[in-house]
Amino acid sequence: MGMTMIEKILARAAGRDRVAAGDTVVCAVDMNVLIDLMFQYWHEPLALADPDRTAIIMDHAVPAPTLGDAQSGILARAFAAKFGIEKFYDVGRHGICHQVIAENALALPGQVLTCTDSHTCAGGAYNCAARGLGPAEIIAILCTGTTWFTVAPTIRYELVGELPAGVAGKDVFLHVAGIWGDATNHNIEFGGPGLASVPMNDRRTIATQGAEISADFTTFEVDQICADFLAAHGAADYTQADPDHDATYADIRTIDLSSLVPYIARPGRVSTNAAPITEVESRHVDQCFIGSCANGQLEDLRIAAEILDGRRVADGTRLIVTPASQTVYRDAVRLGYVQKLADAGAVVTNSTCGACFGYHLGVIGAGEVCITASTRNFRGRMGSPDAEIYMASTAAVATSAVTGHICDPRTAVL
Amino acid sequence: MNETGTAPTDRHRISGRTWLFGDNIDTDAMYPGFAMKLETPEAARHVFYDLRPGWTEQVGRGDIVVAGRNFGVGSSRPVATLFRHLGVAAVIAEEFNSLFLRNAINNGLPAISVPGARENITEGDVVTVHLTDGLVVCRDTTMEFPPLPPMILGILDAGGLIPRLVADGYIAASGSTS
Repeated sequence: MGMTMIEKILARAAGRDRVAAGDTVVCAVDMNVLIDLMFQYWHEPLALADPDRTAIIMDHAVPAPTLGDAQSGILARAFAAKFGIEKFYDVGRHGICHQVIAENALALPGQVLTCTDSHTCAGGAYNCAARGLGPAEIIAILCTGTTWFTVAPTIRYELVGELPAGVAGKDVFLHVAGIWGDATNHNIEFGGPGLASVPMNDRRTIATQGAEISADFTTFEVDQICADFLAAHGAADYTQADPDHDATYADIRTIDLSSLVPYIARPGRVSTNAAPITEVESRHVDQCFIGSCANGQLEDLRIAAEILDGRRVADGTRLIVTPASQTVYRDAVRLGYVQKLADAGAVVTNSTCGACFGYHLGVIGAGEVCITASTRNFRGRMGSPDAEIYMASTAAVATSAVTGHICDPRTAVL
Repeated sequence: MNETGTAPTDRHRISGRTWLFGDNIDTDAMYPGFAMKLETPEAARHVFYDLRPGWTEQVGRGDIVVAGRNFGVGSSRPVATLFRHLGVAAVIAEEFNSLFLRNAINNGLPAISVPGARENITEGDVVTVHLTDGLVVCRDTTMEFPPLPPMILGILDAGGLIPRLVADGYIAASGSTS
């Protein structure tokens, strides 16, 4: 009997020939990533299992908006200095950890990456067994270099066809969430010939949002597009995990990408709560947000800049754009995206998790309606529990910013 | 089948009054973003702030939270530290998000998956959880769950991962900053 992608990765990390759903194994962790927020819950180890397998990325609350966050920064800097942690992405080199992980090829095919953020599954876009863990467990991994996983059953999404123009990775995810709902205590993997029409930024959007459907691990196959991306970001030695043809799956679900349309999730949750965007068109929006680990990538800023070019954000509506990293920010400045967005009346913020988790730089108030390309539409997620959060693609958010109401992005590509 | 109620409570036998919650309750409903700017005692006052305002004034030491499917979907923020601050002794759910489950165990909060729990428990019932036997007893009903493996029990017995790391000499006893 063969293994799924995730089973292969966990077997290798556990030093076993094979694992199957239901097994509990202790795995070596290849990369352990700390974020600024976890220094709120800090207990400093006396020694580290491996400083070279440790990274610190300042992302959620930078530059520090509160005294508590300033203190977390002080602790992070002292810790990095004390243990000589070279992969320290402090303010100025910062960014949302999953973007920085991608830019620096910290999540590699066939490896295990852990981090104190639930969207760590983003690294699955690169065939990495990446998942979020709580602060205490990340501290334990600093000490021991290992942790345990119980192998969950795997659901495979077999992609066929080509993604149509105006339909993005976000729409693939919203389709998956809308049709099949939660994958709680399951892994999900994506592969198939359709992958060729899904660029790396879209794969990362999809992998990131595995968290919203409660999946354990989300992984993608490695194809030439992925290999080229990794090579361009300095990745060299890795062994990818290809699923076996006779692997055991809890379910195999085929998606014909060519049949997809732009979707939107209604407020509250994404699972079984998404619909074609045409079904909720014309809802007035107070705030439009493009950002987060899911959709603050350079391609998102390019799409937004193209749609906003020569247009204006509608009166009564505001558009907040938050690049996913300082590198994205610098590239977007250099390529003129920031200029176009600002000229159109958008606010382009510093790179941070910011408005996505309702902490700073775009919190929404009671009674307001937001359309976001970020990760979560939970009640109260971005501020007041009496605000409504719709979720859609970057193109849909940018188009809605121009019209002032929820809008099919295909109307803007004309 | 085990006896209920009369023997003294040991660390693997937890009895408490129950509070019932629904399906798909996310971490933002328990530990909202704005509360992450607060110290634990203050943040704990906002658990279920919108879902069930005032609950943190009602919940008492030793109480047990009972929830539905997909409990704790969302963030890695350690909600269990807030529950423990409020005195919650255990969380029973019909199904947990795996990150939430790990976070609970790792912070010393027993978290038990019991399918169908809400059908057999009425809010306010006193239930007894037998961690090693894999039983939850509520009035005259006994529900089963897979007994917790020794590795998980070991973490709970230590009071969570951090106390265990202290005991194992990985971090100093005075190393806490929280």
